Amino acid sequence: MQQVASNGTPKTFLDQVIAATPGNPHLEMCIQCGTCGGSCPSGPDMEHTPRDLFAMVRAGMKDQVLRSNTPWYCVSCYYCTVRCPQEIHVTDLMYTLKRMSVKSKLYDESIAPDFSKTFIFWVENNGRSFELGLMAQHMLRHNPFGVFKIADMGVGMVTKGRIGFTPKRIKGMDGLHAILAKAKEIEAEDDAKIMGGAA
Amino acid sequence: MRYSVFPGCSLEKGAAGYPYWQSMEAILKPLGVELVEVDDWNCCGATEYIALNRMAAYSLIARTLALAAKTDGLREMVAPCSACYLNLSKADKYLTDDAALADKVNVALGAGGLHYKPGTVKTRHLLDVIVNDVGYKAVEQQATKSLAGLRIAPYYGCLLTRPAVYGQTDSPEYPTALDKLMKVLGAEVVDYPMKAHCCGGHMTQISEASAFDMIRRLVKGAADYHADIIVTVCPMCQLNLDGFQGAMNRYYKGDYHVPVLYFTQMMGLAFGLDAATLGIGAEIVDARPALSRIGVQVPPPEEEAKPAHKPRRPKEALPMPVMPGSEEVEQ
Ligand code: SF4
Ligand code: SF4
Repeated sequence: MQQVASNGTPKTFLDQVIAATPGNPHLEMCIQCGTCGGSCPSGPDMEHTPRDLFAMVRAGMKDQVLRSNTPWYCVSCYYCTVRCPQEIHVTDLMYTLKRMSVKSKLYDESIAPDFSKTFIFWVENNGRSFELGLMAQHMLRHNPFGVFKIADMGVGMVTKGRIGFTPKRIKGMDGLHAILAKAKEIEAEDDAKIMGGAA
Repeated sequence: MRYSVFPGCSLEKGAAGYPYWQSMEAILKPLGVELVEVDDWNCCGATEYIALNRMAAYSLIARTLALAAKTDGLREMVAPCSACYLNLSKADKYLTDDAALADKVNVALGAGGLHYKPGTVKTRHLLDVIVNDVGYKAVEQQATKSLAGLRIAPYYGCLLTRPAVYGQTDSPEYPTALDKLMKVLGAEVVDYPMKAHCCGGHMTQISEASAFDMIRRLVKGAADYHADIIVTVCPMCQLNLDGFQGAMNRYYKGDYHVPVLYFTQMMGLAFGLDAATLGIGAEIVDARPALSRIGVQVPPPEEEAKPAHKPRRPKEALPMPVMPGSEEVEQ
């Protein structure tokens, strides 16, 4: 169970992380067995294994945790989640740490959060996304591969009719805008409660 | 059998996964499955929205669930994309388990005039519906052409198989439904050790080293087992393994050519449908040599290089990024 102060704010960083995660992530039950990191396809690229990161969360090392590249290298494969002997929702926690690091502006390597932001831009403006145009936009901005290296794929996709040049816009765009605006308002209130206004 | 269907952005006409949609429609008709598209559905948020905003991510999904609940009274919705399937079923599970979360999401939905009672609509992956509702027997009865002579690597990826708590029906570590389905159609199925490993998801956009490593493991795994084709159940997996196979080869100075088709395309071929109807021919790694082993003729691609017509840009659309290879870009 999380510890809650008399004003309703979770006491420790561990409690805040748990409170900010939908569903019960059971993080306080971590026994540091390392099964998560051992199952992780991105492990070699991570600054900290998920196990390390959870030990740091428990130790209250908020800055170091939110500066880690680990959540951004999570590919959401859920191996850790199904293998964890304590049924800890590791993948969900990675998403929580991503959100916290963006909100607290601690993660400064721009490519990964920026991809999420570009994606969301399309969803918020059309209600739908379209992966290849989005990739092109993202690649042109950051050029992680060099556009020319992927040019053959781009051409193949165009000639084979697999790129939609115009994402469809949903009919209920006004309604969706209103829903998302309200949801963000609620999230801001929740965050103020969870983080005591800190994030 | 009647279900509502959530196509997801990747399966829309003109999107990379459209061949999956084409082949799905073609095989469901003879199997007697009718799908009703959820009117005005929206993006599921993929793996991106939840990374920035949890309430907006859940409300985005709940909007689609609320619309699905109004679709002809249907209580089960098919999602062909594994990522959509996981997002929709997981959100519904958390909304069901957590009344406070559901209340907040409904306050947000109310701003758009909608409401969703958690648990009303059950989201199911297409593969689950085909093997568990339609059944292997009914599939076998439709098959007129054996896939014998083809070695298939069945690839499940992550989000269909894991995590079991969100309603998955197969093993999260060693799933077998797709193996059985392909065997029923006469194919030789290799015991593909990478069958449930990750394709890298959006990692191609973030780190080439990580992305190509994951793609290489999967393609090499299939090649090591002398598979002729990798068969997938997800448009993101298909795009990563097929669309980026060439780039991965260059990165590792490798020379893999393992075509990647959808399980629905293989079913369609076994049902005697022609390749074009099934969207075959749109893949980047040429599947023709492999398919010729079972006597399937795929028409050669139409002239390469130039798009048939100038892509139109309707006024209401937002400014579009320029694609490498489109006519405005110099090569
Ligand atoms: S597998 Fe679970 S219990 Fe083990 S270290 Fe990882 S999170 Fe903790
Ligand atoms: S879900 Fe993320 S953290 Fe867990 S094993 Fe997969 S990549 Fe690693």
